[in-house]
Amino acid sequence: MKISVTINNKPAEFDVMPDEYLADSLRRYGYLSIRKGCDTGSCGLCTVWLDDKPILSCSVLSMRAMGKQITTIEGVKEEAKECAQYLVGEGAEQCGFCSPGLIMTILAMKRELVNPTEQDIVHYLNGNLCRCTGYVGQLRAVKKYLGVE
Amino acid sequence: MRVVNSPVSKIDGMQIATGAPVYTDDLVNNALVIKLLRSPHAFARIKSIDIERAKKVDGVEYIFTYQDVPKKRFTVAGQSYPEPSPYDRLILDEYVRYVGDEVAIVVAETEKAALKAMKFIKVEYEVLEPVLDFETAMNHPIVVHPEDNLEVNFDIGMQKGKNIVAAYKFEVGDVEAELKKCDTVVEETYYSQAQAHAMMETYRAFSYMDHNGRLNVVSSTQVPFHVRRIMARALDIPKSTVRIIKPRIGGGFGGKQTAVMEFFPAFVTWATGKPAKLVYDRKETFSCTNSRHAMRIKVKIGSDKEGNIEVIDIEALSDTGAFGEHASTVFPLVAEKTLPLYNRVKASRFEGQAVYTNKMPGGALRGYGATQGAFAVETAINKLASVLKVDPITLREKNLIKVGEEHPILHGATTKPSALTSSTLDKCIARGKQLINWDAKYPREIIDDTKVRGLGMAVTMQGSGIANIDTASAEIKLNDDGFYTLLFGATDMGTGCDTILSQMAAEVLDISMDRIIVNSCDTDISPYDPGSYASSTTYVTGNAVIKAAEDIRQQIINKGAEFLGLAPKSTQFEGGIVKSSDGNKEISLNEIAQRLSSSEGQDQLIGKGTFGSETSPPPFIAGFAEVEVDKETGQVDLINYVAVIDCGTLINPKLARIQAEGGLVQGIGMALFEDVIYTDKGKMATNTFMNYKIPSRKDIGKIIVEFEPSYEPTGPFGAKSIGEIVINTPAPAIAHAIYNAVGVFVTSLPITPEKILEFGHPQGAYPKL
Repeated sequence: MKISVTINNKPAEFDVMPDEYLADSLRRYGYLSIRKGCDTGSCGLCTVWLDDKPILSCSVLSMRAMGKQITTIEGVKEEAKECAQYLVGEGAEQCGFCSPGLIMTILAMKRELVNPTEQDIVHYLNGNLCRCTGYVGQLRAVKKYLGVE
Repeated sequence: MRVVNSPVSKIDGMQIATGAPVYTDDLVNNALVIKLLRSPHAFARIKSIDIERAKKVDGVEYIFTYQDVPKKRFTVAGQSYPEPSPYDRLILDEYVRYVGDEVAIVVAETEKAALKAMKFIKVEYEVLEPVLDFETAMNHPIVVHPEDNLEVNFDIGMQKGKNIVAAYKFEVGDVEAELKKCDTVVEETYYSQAQAHAMMETYRAFSYMDHNGRLNVVSSTQVPFHVRRIMARALDIPKSTVRIIKPRIGGGFGGKQTAVMEFFPAFVTWATGKPAKLVYDRKETFSCTNSRHAMRIKVKIGSDKEGNIEVIDIEALSDTGAFGEHASTVFPLVAEKTLPLYNRVKASRFEGQAVYTNKMPGGALRGYGATQGAFAVETAINKLASVLKVDPITLREKNLIKVGEEHPILHGATTKPSALTSSTLDKCIARGKQLINWDAKYPREIIDDTKVRGLGMAVTMQGSGIANIDTASAEIKLNDDGFYTLLFGATDMGTGCDTILSQMAAEVLDISMDRIIVNSCDTDISPYDPGSYASSTTYVTGNAVIKAAEDIRQQIINKGAEFLGLAPKSTQFEGGIVKSSDGNKEISLNEIAQRLSSSEGQDQLIGKGTFGSETSPPPFIAGFAEVEVDKETGQVDLINYVAVIDCGTLINPKLARIQAEGGLVQGIGMALFEDVIYTDKGKMATNTFMNYKIPSRKDIGKIIVEFEPSYEPTGPFGAKSIGEIVINTPAPAIAHAIYNAVGVFVTSLPITPEKILEFGHPQGAYPKL
């Protein structure tokens, strides 16, 4: 079935299966920054925005995106690059496989939380798993990026 | 040093962090999709398989069963030839040996079609009684591998009729006699679990035939050259027909040192001529690949009244599961990376076996036996301290190996005894003691009626590469515009080796890193490297890179001098430019390169270097844990974890720190959360992130990492390894901290609240402290 969406501020039409998840449709249409890590909605790798809210695209049926606005990291390129510079500055991208999903969550947090504390940050990002960094460097990076003391 | 020892960012960092399509599954075009039908039984013989109806499913192209594959057994362990792991596998076998073992390969145009077809395959099994308990596997009436054509390259102590894959014994002095003389002997049995790697990118590979009719396999692997050899043997084709390409890797941790699945797409492409891809889902990654070897380790330590350790006796039993990948090499590290720490003993012994069971195979996981050994031996040392009523730090200060001292297996079992050439372990302990505030807080702090905080510590060593076995090469090519291409076969799985190896080359060539292109790994192009494992890349490949860089540097000086009409001795090499000694004449790298690639020079400069080491210099770490235990619930919160590390010179302090922090957290997961549970029928129950808990951001407390660099004379710029050692201390240090809080030593991992209550509450109370 065909669905009309707005993706990264451009209108598009996707041909999707009724039981297909958004992460799979997006990868099929060439949005390869979307990574899948778990199949159970527990790792955060596939995070994109649906109408500006972070969602796990592996757990949202593609049909649900009908008429909505999808944002992937490609759609917030400059802002993502700026954020990535802080991650890379701490060496906290490591294998990089979870980074796009993490950056999409960080950018959503930046919009949602005013003056977050360290605790707020840890809480907000808790659903984004990473096996390489031990999270400590990522926290240093996010605090620097957001200017949190 | 300009570039070495500076915290440069990873050269691929921005690309991978912002989602560039550079991982295996991003590079596939129009490949057929493979799905694998797996065994629901822990042990069974396939009586019949009916694939006729499944083949008729729309979109299905091929279905292969055990009748269709080569009959030559192979190992998927990525190790230097001759591999010590037994050749005990077939691509598909008549026997299935664990729940999840492969039964049929389904190849279809889409994943959906393959999944649908799988439902129509009818398999009739003769269900056999499985061997599930590794402690009773030895001499069990049921034999996991009864087949005649199982091969080993050399004697590893295998007795397959008894389910023994490998056996190893090491003894110095008379252990029994010395034990009798000891004033104090502690004895305990420890269990460590089959930890999962849980790298974020699951296993995946795709394959295609190229324009020369050769088999190309693109894989997220740590060991491209070993995969080439494994594919050739599995498919029974010459190595020269196989090419392996490694793109970016989304984490490995040793899991991808075993070629758990590349042979499926490779076989399909070789058999059909068509491109094929296989991507494992998370459940398959947890339950159908490999893990850390679960072990039982018995430790006996004897000392005199003053705390001089006289004897260490270790007995290990390793569960290698259904296949013997890394079986013979993992469990000896239980001793090789623990006994040398306490080198003043009068006698020491290690004896161990690895046994087959009908469970998922073990394999390589960061630490590779040293982690299991550190938990057992360091916990026993801490127990000895508590029995002797001495501070565990004092006990260690008295007994730990020092620079210039020897131990027979300091550099592994394959080496001659030689002295320790670098260590700041004493400084690591002293600094860690300050950072955790040991003097004020040890052993415990009562918070309230139910909550107690405790302090614990442990030390450990690892190696740097496998001495006398693994050998790596590097090449550096001068290109026609005065920039370099650095070629090697080590595999950057996020660790940053492409960056640090390029730092080393830039240092020798006195040039900025942006003038060096790094390429790794393509087995058609890259010089040989065993791959990134065994803490070898910085040390082994690093030394090869330095040799290659020195080689081409000399060639450039010679050519530059020739073009300047000078003797090489009368020139200097500075900033990538060859100058006359008086500084009056100079020629740029660019000009040298241009003239060499014209009819005038006719000489392509390529520097090469190969390095293999006779020693494996150990890095050291002192780890300190502060935990808070709730006596009523058994809940443990990690408050602080301090690690102070001697990895020699830090080639890149930023990347070394991240390695350390990441490894510590993986160790914390092993200590506290990561439980592996099998059902009584032998099915792994912990096969998703919902039921196998890796640490999240909220679980880790405060992590403090510092370095006390030594200078390793054989290391590249004085460096030793960092990758593996960092995972070893959390389990023993946290176990010790829990003991100091509530008085119970939990002897099996992970240390869950249930176990603390079980150990602490048999009579309804914790021991009196």
